[in-house]
This record gives sequence, C-alpha cells and structure tokens, in this order.
Amino acid sequence: MWMLEIPPFLPFFIGALLAGFTRGILRNIIMVSIPVVSALHLWTVPEGIHLQFAFLDYQLMPYRVDKLSLMFGYVFHIAAFIAIVYSLHVRDTLQQVAAMLYAGSGLGAVFAGDLLTLFVFWELLAFTSVFLIWARRTRSSYVAGMRYLIIQVLSGVILLAGTLFYAAENGSLEFGHIGLEGIAGWLIFIAFGIKCAFPMAHNWLTDAYPEATVTGTVFLSAFTTKVAVYALARGYPGTELLVYIGAAMTCFPIFFAVIENDLRRVLAYSLINQVGFMVVGIGIGTALALNGAISHAFNDVIFKGLLFMSMGSVLHMTGRINGSDLGGLYKTMPKTTVLCIVGAASISAFPLFSGFVSKSMVMSAALENGYDWIWLMLLFASAGVFHHAGIKIPYFAFFAHDSGLRVSDPPNNMLLAMFIAAVLCIAIGIYPSALYSLLPYDTGYNPYDATHVLAQTQLLFFSALAFVWLNLRGMYPPELRSTNLDFDWIYRRAFPQALQKIFAIIEKIDHAFRQTFLANLNLCLIFLSRRHEGVSILLSRTYPVGSMVLWVAVILAAYLFLSFIH
Amino acid sequence: MLAHLPVLQVIVPLLAAPLCLFLTRSRLVWVFALAVSALAFLISCLLLQQVMSSGTIIYELGGWEAPWGIEYRIDPLNALLLLIITGISTIVLLAAHTSIQQEIPEERHTFFYILYLLSLAGMLGIVATGDAFNVFVFLEISSLSGYALIALGKDRRALWAAYQYLIMGTIGATFILIGIGLMYQMTGTLNMEDLSKRLPEVEHTRTVFTAYAFIIVGICLKLALFPLHLWLPNAYAYAPSIVTAFFAATATKVAIYLLIRFTFSVFGLTFSFTALPLQILFLTLGLLGIFAASTAAIYQKNVKHLFAYSSIAQIGYMIVGFSVSTTTGLMATLLHLFNHALMKSALFLALAAVVYRIGSVQLSQFHGLGRQMPFTMAAIVIGGLSLIGVPLTVGFVSKWYLIMAVIENGWWPVAVLILLGSLLAVVYVWRLVEAAYFKPPLPGRDTIKEAPLSLLIPVWILVIANIYFGIDTRLSVQVTQAASMSLFGVSP
Repeated sequence: MWMLEIPPFLPFFIGALLAGFTRGILRNIIMVSIPVVSALHLWTVPEGIHLQFAFLDYQLMPYRVDKLSLMFGYVFHIAAFIAIVYSLHVRDTLQQVAAMLYAGSGLGAVFAGDLLTLFVFWELLAFTSVFLIWARRTRSSYVAGMRYLIIQVLSGVILLAGTLFYAAENGSLEFGHIGLEGIAGWLIFIAFGIKCAFPMAHNWLTDAYPEATVTGTVFLSAFTTKVAVYALARGYPGTELLVYIGAAMTCFPIFFAVIENDLRRVLAYSLINQVGFMVVGIGIGTALALNGAISHAFNDVIFKGLLFMSMGSVLHMTGRINGSDLGGLYKTMPKTTVLCIVGAASISAFPLFSGFVSKSMVMSAALENGYDWIWLMLLFASAGVFHHAGIKIPYFAFFAHDSGLRVSDPPNNMLLAMFIAAVLCIAIGIYPSALYSLLPYDTGYNPYDATHVLAQTQLLFFSALAFVWLNLRGMYPPELRSTNLDFDWIYRRAFPQALQKIFAIIEKIDHAFRQTFLANLNLCLIFLSRRHEGVSILLSRTYPVGSMVLWVAVILAAYLFLSFIH
Repeated sequence: MLAHLPVLQVIVPLLAAPLCLFLTRSRLVWVFALAVSALAFLISCLLLQQVMSSGTIIYELGGWEAPWGIEYRIDPLNALLLLIITGISTIVLLAAHTSIQQEIPEERHTFFYILYLLSLAGMLGIVATGDAFNVFVFLEISSLSGYALIALGKDRRALWAAYQYLIMGTIGATFILIGIGLMYQMTGTLNMEDLSKRLPEVEHTRTVFTAYAFIIVGICLKLALFPLHLWLPNAYAYAPSIVTAFFAATATKVAIYLLIRFTFSVFGLTFSFTALPLQILFLTLGLLGIFAASTAAIYQKNVKHLFAYSSIAQIGYMIVGFSVSTTTGLMATLLHLFNHALMKSALFLALAAVVYRIGSVQLSQFHGLGRQMPFTMAAIVIGGLSLIGVPLTVGFVSKWYLIMAVIENGWWPVAVLILLGSLLAVVYVWRLVEAAYFKPPLPGRDTIKEAPLSLLIPVWILVIANIYFGIDTRLSVQVTQAASMSLFGVSP
C-alpha cells in the first residue's frame, strides 16, 4: 500500500531531476513515460487523504484525493503528456526541466488538502513557469517574464496573508469551502482571482504567455489558470459575485482579441474568455453549473492546448506570429491547418466537438437559475469566441492573403501531439458520457437535445455571416503591427511616471530639509570653532559620527520627554 | 563539575584567550581556539538540557550570596542565547583558518584568535550573568575586542568603520552604565533579581524613569535599531569576512537579549510599557526600520552592505515582535533571533567563500558566479530564500509566528506591512540571483573555481540547519516558548 502515498507531483519532480542529467533519446523516453506511469498510478488511487503530518500546530495534508481534484489530476496528466510529446524536439535542458517541475507543481496544487501546501505549490507554479518564458532568451521575454513573476508572487503573498488570517480565525488550515466572510476569505479570493485572470488582474496572462517559447506557451496555457479555477471551485462555489466577474471575463477580451495582431496573444485573450465561462459556472454553484465549469476546464485544457500548439507550429516553422505577416499557409501545412480547425471548432462549441458538451451546461445552468442577462452575455461571448478564435485564427494564419511563405508541416512529434489533442476533442464531443462519468455530481444532463443544437448552430452561422460580411465590405479591423496596452497601461506607463514625479518631489523636499539642517548645524560648528580651531577640523572630518550622535541625543531626549510627560 | 557549568561557560574562553599567545603558529592557534569554542558549545548544550529539565540554574560566584556577591542565572532565555552564540562561533571558527589567510597578514593571526575568544567570552558573560554591573564589564570586553577585530579588515576603510563603531559603542555602553548607576543610587543593589524586587518601591521617581530611558537608548544603539543603525553597515562591510559572519549572527542578538532582560525581568512588564509608550514607539521604529533598511538594501552595490542593511531590517522584525508584548509576540522575537542567526551566519560565511576566491563582494563582480561557484551560490540563494521567509526554511517559521502574534492582537495592517516587507527582501535577493545566474562571467574570469571544502563544509552545515529547523521546529519552538512563558511569569 506504500504506493498510495506517492503524491502525483513526486514522479514529475523526479522526472525533472532525471531530465536535468540525461540527454537525447534517453531523456525523451523518461519524459514521456513519467506522465503515463503517473496517470496509471493515479487511476488506481481511491479517494481519501493519503498523506498527512503535523507542522507547527496544524495538520497538513499534502495529498488529498476526491472527485474534484481527481478530475483536474487526470486532465493535467493528459495535458502534460501532450505538451511533452509536443516539445520532444527541444534540446534546451532548462526548458525541459522547468516544464516537468511546472506540471508537477500544478498537480501538487490540485491535490493539496490544506492552504499551506497549496501556497507552496502556488509559488512553485510561478517560479517554475517563469523559466518557460525566459527560455526564449530575448530582452522582451525577460522583461515580460519579470512582470509575470512579480504579479504571480504577489498573488502568492496575498494567499499566504489570507492563510494566516484563516488560521487565526478557524484554527485549522484545511482547504475546503471558504466563502467571502471575513478578511481571510477576501484575501484568499483576491489571490485566486489574480491567478485566475480576473478583469483588471488579467494582464500578466496576455502580457507573458505570447512571449514564452513555442512549447512553453502550451504548458503555460494548461496549468496556471486551471489551478486557480480548481481553487475557486473548491473554496468559493456559489459565490454570486463570481457570476458577474465571470460574465465580464467572457465579454471584455473579445474586443481586444479582435484588434490584436499577435495570434498567440489572441489566444491568450480567448483563454481569459473561456476561463470566464468556468468562473460563471462556479459562481452559480448548482450541481449542473459546477459540473459544467469543471468539464469546461477539462476540455479547455485540451482544445486551447491544441490551438496554442498549432500557432506554435506556425511560429516554429515560419518564425512569425503576427496575423499581418501570415496567410496562405494551408497549401504547404495542410495537416496543421486541419488540426487547427478542429481546435477552432471545439472552442467555438460546434456540436460534436468537445466545447459544446461542456459550455452548454454552464449556459443551461445560467438560464435555470434566472440569470437571463448573464445568459445573454454568455451568448454574446460565444459568438465572440467563434469570431476571434474560431474564424480569425485559422483564417489569418492559413488562408487570407497569400504571404508567400512556403514552409512544410512541423516535425512529427508536434503533429502527433496535436493529433492526440484533436482526437480527444472529437471523441469527447461525440461521446460525452465518458467525461460526464468522471464529474463530481450526477445530473443526467444531455447536451444533444434539439434546443441546444439549434441555438448553438444558429449562433455560429450568424456570427460567421457577420465575419464574412465585414470582411467583404473591408470593415473588419485590419491586422496592424502595434502594441495594444489595455489595463497594463496603468502600471507600465502611468505608475512609473507618477512614481518618478513623486520621487522627484520627495527628493527636493528632503534635499531642502537637509540643506537647512546642515546650514544650522554648520552655524553651530562655526560658533564652536571660534574657540577651538582643532575641534572644527575634527568634527567636520568625521561628520557621519556627529550625525549618529545627534540621533542618539534626539532619541534619548524623546524618550525622556515621553516618560516625563506620562 | 556539572555544578560549575555556568561559570565555566564564560571562564573557559576568557582564560583560553591569553593562552593563545604561547602558541605562535597560526594553525595551532586555530585548532586551540576551535577546541575551546567547541567546548563552550558542549557546555551550553548541557546547560540547556539542564534548564529545560529542572528549571533555572543559580550559581553564586566565589560562594558569596546573591545580593552581595555576583550570581550567574541561567533560565531558558539565557540558555538559548548561549547555545546560539557558542554554536555559531564554533561553526564560523571552522572556516576561519582558510578565510583569514587571504584577509589578515600571517603575523596577526594569533591576535585575531585572541580577540575572537575575548569577544566570545564577553558575549557569553553578558548573557550568563545576573548582575547589572557585570553586564557592563562584559559588554566592554566584547565590544573592545570587537572594535579591534573589525579594524583588522584588509580594506583601509575598516579602520574608519571601527573608529565609528568605537565611538557609538562607547556612547551606548556609557548610557547603559549611567542607567545602571542611577538604579544603584535609588536601590543600592546591582543584582538583577534584587533590583526587580526593589525598583517597584521607587518606580514613580524621575530618576528611575531616566535610568530606564538611558538603558533603553544605550541598548537600542547596540542593537542597531533604526535610526541608531548608522554604525552597522560599514562595520560589517569592512571587517574581515569571518568577523562579519560571527558578529552578524551574535552581537545584535546579545543586545536584543539585554533589551528583553531589562524590560521584562529588571524593570518589569507593567513599568516598562507604561513609563514610555514603548509599544507604539517600538512598533513604529521597527516597521520604519524594516522598510527603510530593506529599501536601502535594494540599492547597495556591495553585497556585504546589502546583507548588513537586511540585518537592520530583520532586527526591525524582532522589535515588532517585542512591541506586541504578548507571549506569542515575544516567542516570535526569540524564534527570529535564533533563525536570523542561522540565516545571516550562513550568508556571510558564503560571502567569505566568495571573497576567498574573487577577493571582492561588489555586486558587479558576482556576474556568472552561479556556474563557477555553484555550491557557494546555491548556499547564498537558500540563505536568501530563508531571509524572505519561504516555507521549508527557518525564515518562514518565525515570520509565521510573528504574523500570528500581530493578528492575535488585532493589528491587521501591521501583518500586511510585514508581508510587504518580505516582498522587499525578494527584490534584494533577486538582484543577487540575477547577477550570479543570468549575467555572463566577466572577461578573464574563466579560471574561478569553487571554494575549498574547508569553507564549503561550514557554510553547508549552516544552510542545512536553515532547512532542518524550518521543518523540524520542535527544539526552537519548545525553548522559545519556555523562555517567553517564564519571562511573562506563566508556568508552561
């Protein structure tokens, strides 16, 4: 039974260690076998707490298995496997080690049964993933990675603060339902929110993901935000605020995605949009909605990974990723084109593709619980997704105007990884009950009834019509080379400028203050030195000592004064 | 023999110091000093064990009874401090022989060890004694030898830094002496236990207020409380690396001990915290210290300066814990005292290894060291993580208790500020990591090798201690809990 006590992050961390010391084919074998072995092991593990020990005055549970964490555990294994296959051609040891550690940290986080363990893996997620961004080794990726790291670490620190308050309030660190009561609840909520890319806190995602390496982005898209979704689903199901936050998340990225030129950044925006659906589901909090949120997270990991992989292939083969520089690639990259379209169809929730079977659950739940306006927003968001992720991505990359690029399909391992993802997308779409059987709640939901299929198909066709019409009339926003700053403007432009000004003022005041002080002091010294020339030279030479002594005198005087007036 | 342990703790290094003069060869003196320090460590372990099992030990010097003669009192607090001082001193001495060969001329090696042992004896004396005037005597012994040790530094500025420290230290000691004198005037006794009984009778007089204020300011100067910290950065930066490692881990800790002893035991909690608005004063100064010193650390170009400022910030944390004035708060202070000694000695000893190889601790010289000296730099990184307060290191444990103490008191904004302070630590540690791991090595530096084992082993003993006590907190938590309970007069 000792096997039970191996938490899933351990094989990955061992794998990272091995990957650091091996090269070539041996490393590839190790890296591919780790998620397979670990997944098989996980399959045999029953629910329950398998590891716990005491730390300080608390009970820590680094390995707790229940249906919710299992669901995320499975999909993380699948994602890790696909992404590892996709990155088999990479020779960069740093990237491979960081990727293994990152996947392991994600798994550690979803199986963490207490807040302290969660915090450890929360920070590990940040520290390991940033190397996938830096591994691109460009100036802009370094800077973006730094910004990413700061925000992620900040989220961790807030989580720790919340944990401390939680421990003080409840005397326990168990990670269960938290809710928005008290300061602890809010702090932890904010920490989760930052990692979940809530509006205003989302910029790290769209800023950093497109700067990562080709393979790095595939890993990144799978873990960080999904861990946050998991954490929200565990700690805050049924929190009404989440419904509105989630609805905002589904809608606002659409506008940015439409004008964005970097196709991987378009996908980053659509990632926020998809996470929005999950957040709405968690906010509604009924069995159906939670099922929807979780299964959508499951599917999103796969189809978003597929889309990032296909765009990564384009970047890998052509060295370009801006929509304005690409086009006409379908002639020489037919396989990638087809696989990308499968991903696009899934994210747009075409019937028979995976997105459909999970997204419709969230939307049905919204209607059932009387969130009509939210339902409309989600509907708009669905149309928007189809627009920027379903049509724009494949259209500008593989069709549109011919860019004259003639590159072949990517290496076989990349194609294989995309193929596996595409098969999963279609399989789940056609046979959703396999996915449903893994869900925490049994709701007997059937996505393939007439209303769902009809409504979704209508929506998709009208939205496609709009795209075609706008494009023909030349009204579609052209793809321009530009840096689109949205909320990051605040901290990338406004903050530094304001800070510079404030510092300038403070320095002036400080300078003036010190000048007057020094002048006064000098007067005293001159007064003294009239009597003793020697004293003056000694004092001025060792001025710092003088100022220290002055401080001593000030403090002593203050203490005496305070104790006497008392 | 066992009954004489309290006095042996002080006497052994004190007598061993002049004996060094007879052993002229550097290596021989080193082995002797190391043996003496190790013996002192053994004694402190025995003392701690004895105190934890059978309570406070009282030892009367020369058989004279307490208020007339000098007595040594060892309670859990003293025992903890003795353990820290002797433990760190022994591990640091382990590295001394190799390190000082590069930094101190051969003919002064003997003097170095003599001063080192004297300083050690002085610190142990301050902690062990139960007599207020005796404290002053040992304070002067440890300080005077300390000034000379700092002046041994290779950099010419060491002399200047030592001179500054001399002036400030003397002022501090004088203030403490004035305070002790005033107390003597009012009560006619110098024994701490006796003082604590007699002071309440006269506690409303201005003389006692003044005595308290002088003692507190004197101690604050010694422990480098912001804004009385100005002497510290240069003294640490220009001293020989070994001296820095030893002092950073012990000297300010002894001052904190004095602060606690005088506030809690001699003057008593109620007097101390009502004579002055001490709580708000220390809270403000502690927080200011955390932020001012951490910010200053970020801008330092010399890594020793950087960690020196970080020490001042860490003292700020201890003072914040002290200002909470609950058992948990005091426990956090003591835990941080223990943990900070481990962190800083590990960091400064690792810097000694860097100095041994490249002869400089300028940040610009650290470029590429991550590859060239992997074990030394890994030690610095782990020490840095501990400084930030990352889980699985000792830094986490003490920050945890500190924040718990603050929250128990309902000071939520303070808890947030403490966490923000840790973020500043991330920034200055990161600057080091960036230089060492992300910058290419400087030209002409391809031949730099890893530090010798004689330096790496002590460094890694401390690093492993940093991790071990971060996971297994039984020893540190038990002892500090016992100490803070006994100070508050609560039976554990």
